[in-house]
Amino acid sequence: MNIPILSIVTFLPIGGAILFIFISREKRALLFSMAFIISLVNFLISLLLYFNFNSQTSSPQFVEKTTWIGYGIEYHVGIDGISLFLVLLTTFLMPVAILSSWKYIQRREKEYLIFILMLETGIIGVFVSLNLFLFYVFWEAMLIPMYFIIGIWGGQRRIYATLKFVLFTMLGSLLMLVAIFILYSIYFKATGTYSLNIFDYYKIILNPRIQIWLFLAFAIAFAIKVPLIPFHTWLPDAHVEAPTAGSVLLAAVLLKMGAYGFLRFALPLFPDATQRLLPFLAVLSLIGILYGGLMALIQKNVKSLVAYSSVSHMGLIMLSVFALNTISVEGAIYQMLNHGLSTGALFLCVGILYERSHTHVIKDYGGVSRQMPIFSAFFLVFILSSLGLPGLNGFVGEILCLFGIFKSNTVFAILAASTVILSAVYLLWMFQRVMQGPITNEKINSFKDLNKREICYFVPIIILVFWMGIYPGPFLRKMDVSVNHLLKQIQRKEKFFTNEHIDKTFFLDTAINPNTWKEKHQDNKEVNSQ
Amino acid sequence: MTEIFWMIPFFPALGSLVLVLLGHKLSKKHVSFIACSTIFISLCISVISFAGLLKIGAENYPLVKKLFTWIPTHGFKADFSLQFDPLSAIMVLIVTVVGFLIHIYSTGYMAEDKSYSRYFAYLNLFTFAMLILVMASNIVLMFVGWEGVGLCSYLLIGFWFEKHSAAQAGKKAFIVNRIGDAAFLIGILFIFFHIGSGEFTAINTAISRGSISTGFATVVGILLFAGATGKSAQIPLYVWLPDAMEGPTPVSAFIHAATMVTAGVYMVARMNFLYSFSGTASHIIAFIGALTAIYAATMALTQNDIKRVLAYSTISQIGYMFIGCGVGAYSAGMFHLYTHAFFKSLLFLAAGSVMHALSGEADMRKMGGLKKYLPITYPAFLIGAIAISGIPFFSGFFSKDAILTKAFTNGQYFVWTIGVLGTILTAFYMFRLIFLTFHGKERITPEAKMLLHESPPVMTVPLVILAFFSVVAGYAGVPAVFGKKLDWFSCFLQPIFSRGREVHVSLGAELALILISSFLAILGLYLAYLSYIKRPQFPHTFATRFPFIYRLLYNKYYVDEAYDALFVRPLVRGSEQIYNKFDLKIIDGAVNETASATGSFGKLICYLQTGFIKDYALVFLLGVALFLGYLLF
Repeated sequence: MNIPILSIVTFLPIGGAILFIFISREKRALLFSMAFIISLVNFLISLLLYFNFNSQTSSPQFVEKTTWIGYGIEYHVGIDGISLFLVLLTTFLMPVAILSSWKYIQRREKEYLIFILMLETGIIGVFVSLNLFLFYVFWEAMLIPMYFIIGIWGGQRRIYATLKFVLFTMLGSLLMLVAIFILYSIYFKATGTYSLNIFDYYKIILNPRIQIWLFLAFAIAFAIKVPLIPFHTWLPDAHVEAPTAGSVLLAAVLLKMGAYGFLRFALPLFPDATQRLLPFLAVLSLIGILYGGLMALIQKNVKSLVAYSSVSHMGLIMLSVFALNTISVEGAIYQMLNHGLSTGALFLCVGILYERSHTHVIKDYGGVSRQMPIFSAFFLVFILSSLGLPGLNGFVGEILCLFGIFKSNTVFAILAASTVILSAVYLLWMFQRVMQGPITNEKINSFKDLNKREICYFVPIIILVFWMGIYPGPFLRKMDVSVNHLLKQIQRKEKFFTNEHIDKTFFLDTAINPNTWKEKHQDNKEVNSQ
Repeated sequence: MTEIFWMIPFFPALGSLVLVLLGHKLSKKHVSFIACSTIFISLCISVISFAGLLKIGAENYPLVKKLFTWIPTHGFKADFSLQFDPLSAIMVLIVTVVGFLIHIYSTGYMAEDKSYSRYFAYLNLFTFAMLILVMASNIVLMFVGWEGVGLCSYLLIGFWFEKHSAAQAGKKAFIVNRIGDAAFLIGILFIFFHIGSGEFTAINTAISRGSISTGFATVVGILLFAGATGKSAQIPLYVWLPDAMEGPTPVSAFIHAATMVTAGVYMVARMNFLYSFSGTASHIIAFIGALTAIYAATMALTQNDIKRVLAYSTISQIGYMFIGCGVGAYSAGMFHLYTHAFFKSLLFLAAGSVMHALSGEADMRKMGGLKKYLPITYPAFLIGAIAISGIPFFSGFFSKDAILTKAFTNGQYFVWTIGVLGTILTAFYMFRLIFLTFHGKERITPEAKMLLHESPPVMTVPLVILAFFSVVAGYAGVPAVFGKKLDWFSCFLQPIFSRGREVHVSLGAELALILISSFLAILGLYLAYLSYIKRPQFPHTFATRFPFIYRLLYNKYYVDEAYDALFVRPLVRGSEQIYNKFDLKIIDGAVNETASATGSFGKLICYLQTGFIKDYALVFLLGVALFLGYLLF
């Protein structure tokens, strides 16, 4: 097929945003409906990716490659079984996010929608880029709209929160940029050609000592995004201040970029460093699970409670990624989708409450279920999904993650399983304080139950929550081959380097092609034996 | 016709779905029709399947129906497949029969409630989850049912969520259960890791092939049993069940007496091949069961809330079932589960009928002398009490005797002694309840008395049916010494429990044991009669003479308080400390400090930019001088 579906999916939103220039800002409904339609159409197009995806091959699909700036900087996009679902998650949640902003955003709607659509392009770009430079561009570009979304439409402390968010991320990406440059120059020295194509980098072997530094640079960038402890403090602030849609996208998709970065870049590019630093990262993730859960327990603010629950859930996902076996990685990817849906939906719920009472403080609520029975049902299902009730999506991901972790390290899995208890405690306690009990705040008596628009964006999520819990096959089967391929990539253990007879000067700071290296190695051996 | 067994769970599921989506638009009549008819269809299919099961030979067990592949990954594969064998069949019949009766009863009990359809949606959903639990052919799907019933229990305990205590109790139930479930989940991981499959037949094969070590069986056995202590309210996780009485009474009867709380027993029976393999795990089960049986019984002695007495009694009786399973007499444990389902749901429904009559009053201190006002409820309650006390020729007698005899003949004398002593307590607290409620002086408030009435037929007919079962159900398992054929129940389950330890008992020993336990049951009854009818002052005297014991029992050994002080508060306080002192001060503090340090540094060097040309010229001059100096020297 010659239609560049992937480029369309990536750039349709921003292209659509250009149209907004010609629309008067007075026509609020038109602006919103247009944005909604654009994102919905984009979702429908992205479904083509799913249906035309060949799950038998590990090579990237829907590849488009053209020279762009030169010197290895190419426009090179493509997806495999891992990025496919993250793209779909993004396109799926965009219409939902736009619908949810309909009432919440009451000023500068035009700019808001433009930024939201820009954001979509940025996020999808991150997931589809196969060129390091292109990836970096999207990675950074995505920050701009998010910066404004939090900074303009956020809450009281929005400026503080958005600056913190951007500076934190920038700090990480700066390190990553340096690492990319070093990689680039090493590659050039080793091979004499310019390339930023990640598949070229998968083929080379780097000096393990260099690997450690480069890995750290990438890992910090991604760890901030995930976020791993102790890089997490931007998250609660950003979440609390962001408008609903911002929070939804932040939790559902932006955090996944960190995990995706680990899977696509940090781990497979630097296999030796991965092996070396894995225990450390795994411990950070494990701490994240427990720490996030305990912090969520005592939050007085619904939104920061959900934010800390994200820290805990992402900890499980990352621990599962770092367990590095087929089940754990598949579980992690699946859990990313689940987390995207359930936490996204929880933020939607919090947003709905906020629209009615303009407070996030748990104490101000109580007994809401009585006024909003339909909302209560939705909210409860999302909570159950988030705490991993069997039959809903969260369970499938959680048990795969735990089993994958168990295969690598039993003790870690047992400790990680405490998330089963903790998540129930903080989520149900929150549900009890917000939704149940007698009504203490008079405002709640005037709460209206969900309107049609709100039901509209909840229903698709609910359907997926059940579907992914009861029949996860269509999702898991598509990612199988890609995950196995990726793992092979990460686990290409460079036995050469443990060999003591290596001529150290040979690869001091350079990368080598395994084949050429083998030849050299043979020579060395001969020299040594003589 | 047996192959249609797989449809059994789905009718209640359908009912629940319809009620969730359309319930608010339907009239109460239609709601009750949907709720009751779906479960009635399931009941019919269960009976048909059961009849079919009797016809086919034991070599065809279990019948398995794979509906679809649920989790398809390599290395962790779980099917959505249901199975039907004698063990499942008995559970299915209990669930559908008792469930149907309770649905009917509920149409009367809940008639005035404004959330009528929500109630039945939950109740149907519960039935579905429970049926999945008992019909699952692998442990992961069983876990779906396992947590599913937990969810419904949560929803139904907190059904009147406007009441703070109800919401609190629901949450407590879910969380305490989750603690057990986490252990259960880890058990599942162990099974998959070592056996590679969660199918019960595969686990069984792996164990009989000898590819599994005893140590593994012990670890898994204990982990799964830890899950069971949550679901089946055993020490140390029993604390949620008494609070669960906040839910509507039919729910207590159905979920917290007859079905869900016995899921742990079913699980142990289902995994009997594992527990038979691990002596240690079995001993732990028997020990915990015995301990719980007597411990909960002592707490039941002093409670004044009619439902709480029954709740503690349930905990205690499930302890007996675990004694049975723990000593290797799985069919005896299951037999007690089966008789208990009838008489305990009878007791709860009868208690519900009493409360209904008294406009919701559950405090026994405000009852008394109700015998004459409740001509159907009273005899029903009495039959239930006789049955549970183990007085001869009623159902509880046979099942309790089966357990204790097996414990004795298997040489578990300690467990047996505790079990027998528990018999006195059981009879005592049950008849204390009867005497306080139905006999003696009337202590009813005048307002309640005005509205005092016997319940409508939709409520009393299920009582009568359950009373009938409470009398006769025991004859399915008359001790084998009186004739091998008479013990139909354990013969029927024999193919499942082929590894269980069945020791032959002599007629003399059997009779002696029966005599001892019957005597003790009657002794308990008599003591209750002495204390509450003959000398009603006695309990009061006792309480003032031994205030420590009385208060300890009355306050349930202060276990709730201890858990709160040991776990809940330290967890919350500790987290708060970490949040305030570490998360905000240190981690976030470092972040903000870095930012402000950068800012200050910027401010500092901005002094260099004065805007005066002469300052710049000076710096320039100094620079040139330094540079020249460096070059020259």
